Amino acid sequence: MADILLQVKDLSVSVEDKDILKGLNLEVRKGETHVLMGPNGAGKSTLGNALMGNPNYIVKSGDIIFNGKSILDEPVNQRAKDGLFMSFQNPLEVPGISLSNFIRNALENRTGERIRLWDFRKKIAASMDVLQMDHSYAERDLNVGFSGGEKKKAEILQLLMLNPSLAILDETDSGLDVDAVRTVSKGVEEYQKNRDGSLIIITHSTRILESLHVDATHVLVDGTIVEDGDASLVDEINENGFERFIKEETKEA
Amino acid sequence: MAKEKTYVEDIDRSMYDFRNEEKDEFRIEEGLTPDIILEISKEKNDPEWMRDFRLKSLDIYNKKQVPDWGPSIEGLDMDNIVTYVRPNTKRMAKDWNDVPDEIKDTFERLGIPQAERKSLAGVGAQYDSELVYHNVKDEVAAQGVIYTDIESALRGEYADMIRSHFMKLVPPTDHKFAALHGAVWSGGSFVYVPKGVHVDIPLQSYFRLNAKGAGQFEHTLIIVDDDAYLHFIEGCSAPKYNVANLHAGCVELYVGKNSTLRYSTIENWSKNMYNLNTKRARVEEGGKVEWISGSFGSHVSYLYPMSILAGRGARAEFTGVTFAGRGQNLDTGCKMVHSAPDTSSYVSTRSISKDGGISTFRSSVVVNSQAKNSKSSVSCQSLMLDAESRSDTIPAMDIRTQQADIGHEAKIGRISDDAVFYLMSRGLSEEDARALIVSGFADNVGKELPLEYAVEMNNLIRLEMKGSIG
Repeated sequence: MADILLQVKDLSVSVEDKDILKGLNLEVRKGETHVLMGPNGAGKSTLGNALMGNPNYIVKSGDIIFNGKSILDEPVNQRAKDGLFMSFQNPLEVPGISLSNFIRNALENRTGERIRLWDFRKKIAASMDVLQMDHSYAERDLNVGFSGGEKKKAEILQLLMLNPSLAILDETDSGLDVDAVRTVSKGVEEYQKNRDGSLIIITHSTRILESLHVDATHVLVDGTIVEDGDASLVDEINENGFERFIKEETKEA
Repeated sequence: MAKEKTYVEDIDRSMYDFRNEEKDEFRIEEGLTPDIILEISKEKNDPEWMRDFRLKSLDIYNKKQVPDWGPSIEGLDMDNIVTYVRPNTKRMAKDWNDVPDEIKDTFERLGIPQAERKSLAGVGAQYDSELVYHNVKDEVAAQGVIYTDIESALRGEYADMIRSHFMKLVPPTDHKFAALHGAVWSGGSFVYVPKGVHVDIPLQSYFRLNAKGAGQFEHTLIIVDDDAYLHFIEGCSAPKYNVANLHAGCVELYVGKNSTLRYSTIENWSKNMYNLNTKRARVEEGGKVEWISGSFGSHVSYLYPMSILAGRGARAEFTGVTFAGRGQNLDTGCKMVHSAPDTSSYVSTRSISKDGGISTFRSSVVVNSQAKNSKSSVSCQSLMLDAESRSDTIPAMDIRTQQADIGHEAKIGRISDDAVFYLMSRGLSEEDARALIVSGFADNVGKELPLEYAVEMNNLIRLEMKGSIG
């Protein structure tokens, strides 16, 4: 299947000697948006970190195939160059480099080409407008002193500027007020529609999904995916919670 | 996917470690005797009082013990230090074209003339012991600002001013190396900013050691009269040799009433250098001294700029960063002496240690009984890049009044894995990610420096961080 972008095969991952993911399978095609839901501690963020290559997350078995090749042995920055991106739940503050210089640096690192300052400025200004970010944030030190909402917007700004082929959004909507979620969602929509990007959206709530097209929904419980569905599964969970899936899981065990 | 631990023995310093063939016209015998001091004095055409001052200092030097409380300086053998090496050039060329080619080449590589052309008000570049090039832009001179080498100032219009200030803040009796400095000092800058004059662009001086085994004992004397402003930048780098090198310079800063003097230094000595430098400022009523200090390189450093807050409401700020790598023991910090009411001092330092380097922050805050309503805040953060490196904080406080507000804070940390992961997830290599975090850590100094110096400092950090992935 030529259009398969990501294949997660029977993936088991442990963190600090604790098994979190237990034989997880997932397939994402080019341009698709997948929603990953599940109760706390099910392993949603672990999947994101394992895909991105966080060295604290140890892959015990299984494989991650991205663009047709295994990326298990690739360091984090190589995965980024391959086209993977993760929006962090808690983006770190890095003094000494401005948001705009950081993004430019990252872009030049990815493409290996120098970017003309003028083009870059125009592009970043346009993306900041989508996210209703004050342009002054571009010149501020990366995430330093940003509010929770500003940090999340800065993550989506990086998504729009770096334009990866697959973006993992790790609870990008958590801790945001209604307006901020809507703005962030707009940014994600821009990436989804105008850049034909693929998405794995990890979320607890459905607000961020309102204006987004969803191709598939997966319910993650205790380290494996227990149910796959379409966009309607999101609504069902929104109404009834995860109880049904947790019970099923207990029955099996 | 185990990562190889990649080490390089030393960073690539080729940019700094170029050495020219020695062509000295004059090189005195190694070791230190009254005869040598007299020879130096004669060669420099000292006034009589200076000759006597040198001899007296030598006497004090011979009686003083080496310090017994800091990093070891056993590798330093004074009999092997050629105290005075004068490069083969006419003193004080006014025109860059008159400077001999290989010396010019050295400075060209360090970017001095370019820097001058770009943004600096004046450049005094010291090659070994003599100032070979000195120039102050016309507009600064027109304001009445004096910026010259200290030798000619000794014989010129400002001779009396030199005499009444020279080594009065740092007397030869202060410690053994101050005495040594008093005996063999050579070269350096004299700056006088008249009353009410605001010097808009920074003055800069660049020191550099070239001759093997040569010490450098330059003296910097800056007098900022009342209601004036000056920013002085001192940059240092030395090529690398195997014979122990010594630097025992002396900086004396006089800050007049309601004046501000900002003194910025990026010291980048070669890694065999013993840097035993003494810096001191005296601040009068309502005045302010701002120290911006970056300590890189050197084998051993003892460096604690002192600020004496002598007048009511005088202020001092010290912002520093120290980077100790393999084989380096850098003992740095500062001293704040509050001697008048309503004075305040503010200290913010960062120290970084790597590959077994030792970085010690030593601070001393003294609040005398007359310094009522004084404030002092000291904050020191350390970053250790691996388990074999060391970082110590030794704060001392001597407070003799109840009416003082004193704060101290120290933090020691490591680079967080999460931060490295975050930056790498955007495509930065691990090395670049770490260098970026360390640069950010040193940003307290970086953002206080003029842009081209901040860039140079970040380049230094990048060089020091090369091959540090473990």
